[in-house]
Amino acid sequence: MLGRTMAEKMLAAASGRERVRVGDVVTVNVDLAMANDITAPLAIRQMRSAGANRVFDPSKICIVAGRHAPFRDSHFASEVAFVEQFCKEQNIERFFGFGEGMDHALIPELGYVSPGMLICNADSHVCTMGAFGTFSVPMGSTEMAYIFVFGQTWLVVPPSIQVTYDGELSRYVTSKDLALATLKELGVDGARYKAIEFVGKALTGLSMDQRMTITNMAIEMGAKTAIMEPDQVTSDYLKARGASAGTSYRSDLDAVYERKVRLVADDLSPMVAKPHSPDAVVPVQEVAGVKLTQITIGTCTNGRLVDLEEAAEVLKGNKVAKGVRLLVTPATDIVYRAAMESGLLNILQEAGATINPPGCGPCAGIHMGVLGPKDVCLATHNRNFRGRMGHKESEVYLCGPYVAAASALTGVISDPREVLA
Amino acid sequence: MTFEGAIHMFGDHIDTDVIIPAKYLNQSDPKQLALRCFEPVADNFHDRVQLGDFLFVGENFGCGSSREHAPIAIKAMGISCVVAKSFARIFYRSAINIGLPVVACPSAVAAAHEGDRATANLEEGWLVVAGQRYEVPAYPREVLEIIQAGGLVNHMQRRLREQKEGAPA
Repeated sequence: MLGRTMAEKMLAAASGRERVRVGDVVTVNVDLAMANDITAPLAIRQMRSAGANRVFDPSKICIVAGRHAPFRDSHFASEVAFVEQFCKEQNIERFFGFGEGMDHALIPELGYVSPGMLICNADSHVCTMGAFGTFSVPMGSTEMAYIFVFGQTWLVVPPSIQVTYDGELSRYVTSKDLALATLKELGVDGARYKAIEFVGKALTGLSMDQRMTITNMAIEMGAKTAIMEPDQVTSDYLKARGASAGTSYRSDLDAVYERKVRLVADDLSPMVAKPHSPDAVVPVQEVAGVKLTQITIGTCTNGRLVDLEEAAEVLKGNKVAKGVRLLVTPATDIVYRAAMESGLLNILQEAGATINPPGCGPCAGIHMGVLGPKDVCLATHNRNFRGRMGHKESEVYLCGPYVAAASALTGVISDPREVLA
Repeated sequence: MTFEGAIHMFGDHIDTDVIIPAKYLNQSDPKQLALRCFEPVADNFHDRVQLGDFLFVGENFGCGSSREHAPIAIKAMGISCVVAKSFARIFYRSAINIGLPVVACPSAVAAAHEGDRATANLEEGWLVVAGQRYEVPAYPREVLEIIQAGGLVNHMQRRLREQKEGAPA
């Protein structure tokens, strides 16, 4: 009998079956059901219009609705108040609505994520949680309403793509550059309806914060989910946060993959994605000199402590170039507090950065740094679709924190290896 | 049900930020969302849509975020059916769940032109574009149940009723 992938093993466990095959449709039990400020109101209304009064298990639901707090307008404020009221009525204790930050960074910090869990979130970047060896899939609001009521959904067992990162990353080359290089290889739909399994030596040396940057961008490759095998780094992270050890799954050596991709970390330069697609990826040298008006560091891709540390390493004792705005958004209040206590925020602020409150920041063009028609922004985000951060004529380039910080010093897209030479 | 209408076309990798920008997601009224649908690439697109019209689109339609506001906005404009070369996964599921018919038929999209007339009956599995008939694959059982119930909310109601009556869910 052929070996099995982690995806197959986890979906077999979640559906109570001995074994599943690629293409099987299975009904799975959901361990953690989530929604946010934008998708939860719609899910709650759909639940009510179906006549459902109770959620299946309040302890398995988590709603992070403060991703855009403080609120831009009264619509947002009243929608979040509506969600808060629902959580009170349903005894959902895991409600966050007023500045705790954004879900994909927050819930692992709080110890809610353990290997082997099946997580559904009405948010596409739930694939981030795959860094912990979970099976995490995004859903729309109506489907989330169904899960809130029944604790179940149906999934097709996906084929897997194995991405191997060999070697070791060079100085100023980060996990974001691995993610962007992978996007260049797979394209925005290369993993559509598939699971991506990330493995390799270059990965084992990364912290959980750094690993999450890679799984985060799997949705940009069209993936259904991303999965990494839990290891000692994973269990140390979980232990430090009081999370359960969960169940670790490993792919069999003879597991069947639809495709295998191999990247050598040593060969990589810092990478940049050009407007208006996250797979329009080139080495930073090819776009060096592009004039910028705004630089943003943060989001579920690069808003964790390590990202702020990398930015501060470059910015310490230096000044942001004239005519450029640098915005830093810690992903959570936990990151914010740690960065404050360690002096990182001082370093960033003295260099000329504006520190946003914790959350999603300007990533989706909702608030805190929306772009005008002539703006050219370099962002550590995951998406640069046309108009995403504001005006439809604005341009967004994507990169990691080192490139962002180095470019903030020069005002043009710059190679950190040159700026810091 | 048979749909009939004019074809509006878009290319590959149309993302949800293009279908409905996030700045309009502070509310979920379908009529308001319809007014902003495709705004970054086509101003006042809703004015061009007649009730029953089709969208014919390229690869990976609806990629990006999980916002269900995207299929809701398309449906609220009066679009009867989206025919794509391929769909992004979340969009496809959400469209089915809110009762917006979607079908992948690359050959029909390749043959279609802006403004052509189309007719379709997805339960019967066919599509006619400019006089040419295309067969489309049947939906999987799980999807068909949702479509036949008229969307996932109705499907939920049925399951809740069965639970109350003690019938197997």
